[in-house]
Amino acid sequence: MDIKEIIRPENLVSKKPVLMTGNTMHYCPGCSHGVVHGLLAEVIEELGIQERTIGVSPVGCSVFAYNYIDIDWEEAAHGRAPAVATGISRVNPDKVVFTYQGDGDLASIGAGEIMHACNRGENIVVIFINNAIYGMTGGQMAPTTLLGQVTSTTPNGRNVDLNGYPLRITELIAQLPGTSYVTRQSVHTSATVRKCKKAIKKAFQNVIDKKGTSFVEIVSTCNSGWRCTPVEANQWMEENMFPFYRPGDLKDAEKDAPEGYQKKN
Amino acid sequence: MSLETRNLGIQKIKNQIKKQMGELRLMKGNEVIAEAAIRCGCDGYFGYPITPQSEIMETLMAREPWNGTGMVVLQAESEVASINMVYGAAGTGKKVMTSSSSPGISLMAEGISYLAGAELPCVIVNVQRGGPGLGTIQPSQADYFQSTKGGGHGDYHLLVLAPASVQEMNDFVKLAFDLAFKYNNPAMILADGAIGQMMEKVELSDFVPRLTDEEIEARSGSWAVTGKRKGRERHVVTSLELNSEKMEENNIRFQKKYRKMEEEEVRYELIECEDAEYILVAFGSASRICQKSVELARAKGLKVGLLRPITLYPFPKKTVAELARKVKGFLSVEINAGQMVEDVKLSIFDEGIAVPVKYYGRMGGIVPTPGEVVDALQRLLIGE
Repeated sequence: MDIKEIIRPENLVSKKPVLMTGNTMHYCPGCSHGVVHGLLAEVIEELGIQERTIGVSPVGCSVFAYNYIDIDWEEAAHGRAPAVATGISRVNPDKVVFTYQGDGDLASIGAGEIMHACNRGENIVVIFINNAIYGMTGGQMAPTTLLGQVTSTTPNGRNVDLNGYPLRITELIAQLPGTSYVTRQSVHTSATVRKCKKAIKKAFQNVIDKKGTSFVEIVSTCNSGWRCTPVEANQWMEENMFPFYRPGDLKDAEKDAPEGYQKKN
Repeated sequence: MSLETRNLGIQKIKNQIKKQMGELRLMKGNEVIAEAAIRCGCDGYFGYPITPQSEIMETLMAREPWNGTGMVVLQAESEVASINMVYGAAGTGKKVMTSSSSPGISLMAEGISYLAGAELPCVIVNVQRGGPGLGTIQPSQADYFQSTKGGGHGDYHLLVLAPASVQEMNDFVKLAFDLAFKYNNPAMILADGAIGQMMEKVELSDFVPRLTDEEIEARSGSWAVTGKRKGRERHVVTSLELNSEKMEENNIRFQKKYRKMEEEEVRYELIECEDAEYILVAFGSASRICQKSVELARAKGLKVGLLRPITLYPFPKKTVAELARKVKGFLSVEINAGQMVEDVKLSIFDEGIAVPVKYYGRMGGIVPTPGEVVDALQRLLIGE
């Protein structure tokens, strides 16, 4: 069969998302960021919200997210994306605002901002990339780094006495009455990519419907930081990350305030 | 906000203007900041409580402007969050502000640097208290360096206005926003606990409606993050530029802006300087004390005048230099350990003029008395 017989519109299963800018990505081969960026671009296009979506990029590897998805962006200081998104959303209630944050940004330096934005139920989407490491600065320990995991600041493995425990911040977020949808996904197989896209789409739809904060954690790989090949990274993630960071929905409330949180007025 | 929404509210506002135009009231400086914010068409306030300025947010919350002009008021979880909320909202071209006092402003320093680096307009009110550290809740002017020389990291300047009365707490809110949008730069109102807490007669400003989306587009449409429409490039608010050549271009652009401010925005007041042999230089609360000192000194037959810088950045360097050519000396009177005195000296040194410049001040939340200032003038400059 000639290749021209294969390249036909009816055989098309996937294409470059319309909202991807075409700029050459700075991400390492094997990194999850590129896949998630593609999903975001597809979801924003499919929901027809390009003209009213505002993204907030973090400090970390995805600081340059604004180079890749063709929407308006603000670049936040390290950890402050939820506060920046709060400011945007509060004075522009009809915009669809999302933050895109890594685990160092969200769970360490920005732990305060994410807790309070979610607790206030800010009408925003949070995309949380958890690869258990600081990628941009060269693979240091993150709050999400697993016990025993070797990083450049835990050369002998994360040790409880020295470094404390890995933080399952998404489980904390799920308890906050301001969040309407909290889920944990991954993008290492075709099936999980499709599932993750569905979750991201639901999160954005929730914000369009003004249902409060929707939080999508994506357990991700950082093969450069983890010092392995992309294939090995996917295996390592399944074997080590998933038992601790279990994929699946943590909360899918229809914004019904939990007991004790009923509105007084 | 659409034009229809605004038209709906416009009659309401007009009625308010009829009732309240030229209205004289007795109010606290902090309360006036809140009232002036609502009246100048501010879109949002984000803050965190700290003494001695908590009345600003308390007044806003009590006034519920979201039911009137549509202004948003939000109590944030920290000063760090407040300033970043301001960053987010300012990036969309809205007119937004925050307020705090000295330790809180230190926490905001990172965000203020980002605002300056991303060239976003906003207003920051600092009702100063004594430091360093937790210091005291009493008035101080010890954040002069922090406010005028940068405060956060990197080469940048804020426009800094120093109110000396409750009336100026009213007037400077609108002025600060106007300057912030003229230069796409954060502007600071540098007050202190005395101005914030004292009650004075004030004539409140007329109501100015908030801008519609179309008006924001006309003013800030070339950069504001409002959602990428077809036919225009995406807008990105950022202070990041890893290409050194481009980053230097950015730095040069900022510096040009600061030089333009220095040329065009210097504001000051001269009191009894025409025949003066000695000049007191003082801003804010200290200038109010020095007005009395001028009276006391003149009663003693001493020819003393007062230069009150209204903009601390840009500093009235030329005016100081002009005065330096004809007077016998300057006394910089400050409620700190002597900070503005350096700018007074530089203004004169840069012109190659030799005239003595001395400092007098109190710290720790203590303000000097008018008599103390005259004594210091005689002791340090005139010689008895």
